Amino acid sequence: MRAYSDKKDVQKKAYYTDRYWVAPTVPRQTVESDDVFAADLAAIKAKFTVLEAYIEVEQLVIVINPDDNFGVMKLMKEELQFEQLIEMAAVDWLARSNEFEIVVMMLSMAKRKRMRVKYTVAKDQAVESLNPLYRSADWAEREMYDMHGVKVNNHPYMKRILMPDDWQGHPLLKSYPLHGDEAAQWYEVDKIFGKEARDIIGPEIRDSAAIERYDTERFSRLGHEVPYGTDISEGEPDTPLAYQEEDGVFLIRKVHEDDSVEITDRDR
Amino acid sequence: MAQHQVDFTQSGGLPIALTTVDKLVNWGRSNSLWALTYGLACCGIEMMASGASRYDFDRYGTIFRSSPRQSDIMIVAGTLTKKHAEFIRRLYDQMTEPRWVISMGSCANTGGMFNTYATVQGVDRVIPVDLYLPGCAPRPETLQYAVMMLQKKIRAEKAGKAQRPKRLM
Ligand code: SF4
Repeated sequence: MRAYSDKKDVQKKAYYTDRYWVAPTVPRQTVESDDVFAADLAAIKAKFTVLEAYIEVEQLVIVINPDDNFGVMKLMKEELQFEQLIEMAAVDWLARSNEFEIVVMMLSMAKRKRMRVKYTVAKDQAVESLNPLYRSADWAEREMYDMHGVKVNNHPYMKRILMPDDWQGHPLLKSYPLHGDEAAQWYEVDKIFGKEARDIIGPEIRDSAAIERYDTERFSRLGHEVPYGTDISEGEPDTPLAYQEEDGVFLIRKVHEDDSVEITDRDR
Repeated sequence: MAQHQVDFTQSGGLPIALTTVDKLVNWGRSNSLWALTYGLACCGIEMMASGASRYDFDRYGTIFRSSPRQSDIMIVAGTLTKKHAEFIRRLYDQMTEPRWVISMGSCANTGGMFNTYATVQGVDRVIPVDLYLPGCAPRPETLQYAVMMLQKKIRAEKAGKAQRPKRLM
């Protein structure tokens, strides 16, 4: 298993280089190439600042200021016929610029168009909830908070959605270790037995393939079982597998392997 | 009193068997192991298959119950998440003694392939386990074998109160 290495700077340096591989980029078109999108963009630009706009994979992408998010969505819902919020997620760019990018996917069934709205928020900046406009933002925003720690204002039920309520940290951050921080590693022990039980139960064994050949307290060799804690450094006896004890079982007929029938006709 | 007379020396022998209390009690215990329905992930499907007609767990007296208060064994079949750990402990505590636990599948044994922050690395960190069943997922035959091994283990136990309940710590 790979040892965990600190990934705090993972975005600053490339950890994988391939001389011949070129990252594919999706070609972008200007907004003017699509009349419907051009009209939408003009309507948004009339009221709000749009930092960047282009068409990618037949979808309009606009980048707006984070403070305008509620206003832009309200305009899009009420005037531009984008009646569905499909998906909403945060992207962790903390190592690069100490901010999160929030991506919102929108769908207009009336116009048969999709678009993406993006805005970046600084690490501790709260954003306005889109829940009053779109009910589908409810869980997406809770997930954003749970996984990334993005705080959302005016959300009716701002609570973790996947992790337990008393969890510490936000697991989808790039700086979060895969095996969990200390609180995560001892979570079940601390919660059920209390912190003082840590010494008794011991740390998690992360290498699930680890086997100790001569440890008879935690391991037992199939076909060579010995009583708990026996010293087997000198070798161990064979113990053939058997369903029942040698001398049979009270009130139960003994299984004789020789009497068993092998069924060869599967369609019998 | 019935009119007819059963001649026990002729048909089926005398209705008397001589044995020890331990053996009698353990015979009863080991042959009606009611299991708590505890499918947590994909292993749960194999556990259900073991209970269904093809593999037919009822032959062993193993009937799945939905309440821990009516169960003797807990077959932990699947991935135990950290969020769920407290509930498995609570359900285990609700089972009446004597009680046994089969940890079914790699996930329940060691955390399996889910070597992450959200998975308990082996249910034995939370509840005492009697029998570990390897596999991902173990076939229903293997689960039946595990239950037979557990029956063998139960038959070797003392039935009286001297048998101390298992404790994790
Ligand atoms: S051991 Fe394999 S089959 Fe069983 S729950 Fe885990 S992943 Fe699924």
